[in-house]
Amino acid sequence: MNKIKCQCGHDNPFGTVLCESCGRPLTEEAKKSKLVDMRYEGSSRRSQTYKRSIIDKIWNFFSSVKIGVSIIVAVLATSAIGTIFPQKLYVPFTAEADIAAYYERLYGFAGVVYYKLGFHDMYSSWWFKILVGMLGTSIIIASVDRVIPLYKSLKKQRTKRHISFMKRQRIYGEGPSDNPDEALTKAEEKLKALKYNVKTEDGAILAEKGRFSRWGPYVNHTGLIIFLLGVLLRGLPGFYVDETMWIREGEMRAIPGAPGYYLESHQFILENYTKEEAEDVFGEALERVGMIPKNYQTDVTLYKTKDGLPGTADLEKVEDYSIIVNKPLKFSGYNVFQMDYRLDELKAMTFQLTDKASAGSLGEFTVNLVNPEKTYDLGNGARVDLLDYYPDYDGIENGEPVSKSPLPNNPAFIFKMVTAEKPEGEKSFVAIRQTLETEENNYKVNFLSAETRNISGLTIRKDKTLYILLLGGIIFMIGVAQGSYWNHRRIWIQKGTDGELLVAAHTNKNWFSLRKEIDKVKDFAQLPNYEDRKDPESNSQKEGDKA
Amino acid sequence: MAKSAKKNKRLVIRTITLAVLAIAIIFSIASKDKVKVLAVGDQAPDFELIDLEGNKQRLSDYKGQGVLLNFWGTWCPPCKKEFPYIENQYKDFKDQGVHVLAVNIKESKLKVEAFRDQYGLTFPIAIDKDESVKEAYNVVPLPTTFFINKEGEIEQIITREMSEAEIKSLMESIQP
Repeated sequence: MNKIKCQCGHDNPFGTVLCESCGRPLTEEAKKSKLVDMRYEGSSRRSQTYKRSIIDKIWNFFSSVKIGVSIIVAVLATSAIGTIFPQKLYVPFTAEADIAAYYERLYGFAGVVYYKLGFHDMYSSWWFKILVGMLGTSIIIASVDRVIPLYKSLKKQRTKRHISFMKRQRIYGEGPSDNPDEALTKAEEKLKALKYNVKTEDGAILAEKGRFSRWGPYVNHTGLIIFLLGVLLRGLPGFYVDETMWIREGEMRAIPGAPGYYLESHQFILENYTKEEAEDVFGEALERVGMIPKNYQTDVTLYKTKDGLPGTADLEKVEDYSIIVNKPLKFSGYNVFQMDYRLDELKAMTFQLTDKASAGSLGEFTVNLVNPEKTYDLGNGARVDLLDYYPDYDGIENGEPVSKSPLPNNPAFIFKMVTAEKPEGEKSFVAIRQTLETEENNYKVNFLSAETRNISGLTIRKDKTLYILLLGGIIFMIGVAQGSYWNHRRIWIQKGTDGELLVAAHTNKNWFSLRKEIDKVKDFAQLPNYEDRKDPESNSQKEGDKA
Repeated sequence: MAKSAKKNKRLVIRTITLAVLAIAIIFSIASKDKVKVLAVGDQAPDFELIDLEGNKQRLSDYKGQGVLLNFWGTWCPPCKKEFPYIENQYKDFKDQGVHVLAVNIKESKLKVEAFRDQYGLTFPIAIDKDESVKEAYNVVPLPTTFFINKEGEIEQIITREMSEAEIKSLMESIQP
């Protein structure tokens, strides 16, 4: 690729619009234009220049701001579509067929289309991830392609610019001066007072401030990239955990997603506001709704294995804690939240063995439904053996009672009743509101009462990426502030060939303030009048002031 | 000379940058937003449970032998169907270095023993009372069967009912 040699002797990279050093326009287009385009200082965006290999072509694709904006629009549009109907995560089914039916039932034809197009699982779909990935790629490549040439050309800029550069600036003025050297000295003094960095060279001044502001967008993009990186890390094991568990009162179980940790639930508490308590706050609402919950709480003990081997009973108590809504149990980066509950699951049933003829009781016994005993001795030679147990009895299949789950939702039992009268025992099948006997028995088992327990629904969360996301967010905001609250201002003043003075200025934003500062310098150093060629109104006003 | 070196450098930098970004995207698609899920080829996590006979069953004690590790429940119909097949194959394979270990998820001893007696099962059965082994193996549906080779690596994971022929060929595959 050929270098472009400027008349001033500086070698510019191919594709440069304005000479990096003196600012002479180098392209035909720039030479013809009245005002130069100062974006990226007229430097050569490298992506625009090399178009050789396929890699260069891909690079140029992502470097384009147009493409970048299109990707942003696509991400925004798809993200918005994903919020029209609930995502798959919030559908109370797990089988695909059930999920499809759910969308059809609730949202009709639109729901079917939504499901078929995969919008129900938008944010984890491969094409959405590709879109976000392309956005990240675009941000990185477009930034790198712009920040490097911009940095280089700002670093290489000369104090003395060519007159063709000066003349093409938005703010420009020229005029005779009685004593140009004195004017320049005074201008330098004033500009320094206005906190400009002033450089001088051979009858020319370059005053610059706030160059720092030009890096704002790139700092901002760095923050975005760090943020995306944090989201990406959530996919790595150990960085992000979001699990749920159901735990029953009195139960001890391994915590999903937190290997080596165990939780024992002692009690689930649901408290409601009493009428007196709630009168002031809820008033009529309480009467209308009936009950207003005050507290959801699970009292737990946290344990840890000593050697980390699953299945071993060698546990070490860590702490007792009451998990309340918004007050999670915290341990080594994990948070366990109170999320849900179910009340009154059967826990134990108490029965009575009775003589059918006399209706007399031979004693009572209680079957623990979680861990039933084999034999219940009632004394006086009477005993009940539990032969088999069906926690969730669901009828008889192939001559065999069937349990449809391990949960004691509908317990059924096969009892063998051994009494002094019937020492070989009588068999009886007992389910809720049902007793089956193979032959007529003399004794029966009566249901007396049941004990229940509550179940807590807990959520286990761990997010190591939170600090990365926070860092990304902070850097993002720094970039925004940097680009918004500071302006990059430059003022060029130099002597012309016939002792006249030339003034030109440029800023990336807030031209009004720049004009005010130039006015101060102008009045102090008797500089020629200038005009803002993009804001003629400001010029007429100034002339009005003078008149 | 210098020019072509610069061009090469540019090509290399651009290629590497694009490749890194492409890998990041592929990674984000492949990752499941979950805790580590066991896959074929992984080392089977070690555990220790007490079986119905009161013996310690530690997976690492079976190193050098193949292990069929089955997670099941008495209430699960496919478990009932495949257990007689597993029992048959166990009788053939136990002297050829392939073991069977059945892990029941959190049921009562009474229920599990009644089941064992009903089906006449002779291989060791242990109850995972606190579901820690289930969590370590990320078991979701029942039955789930892991075929573990003599190095302790997972050869195959089956998350459905198996036929007897299937069990036989898979047990052959982990035979030391």
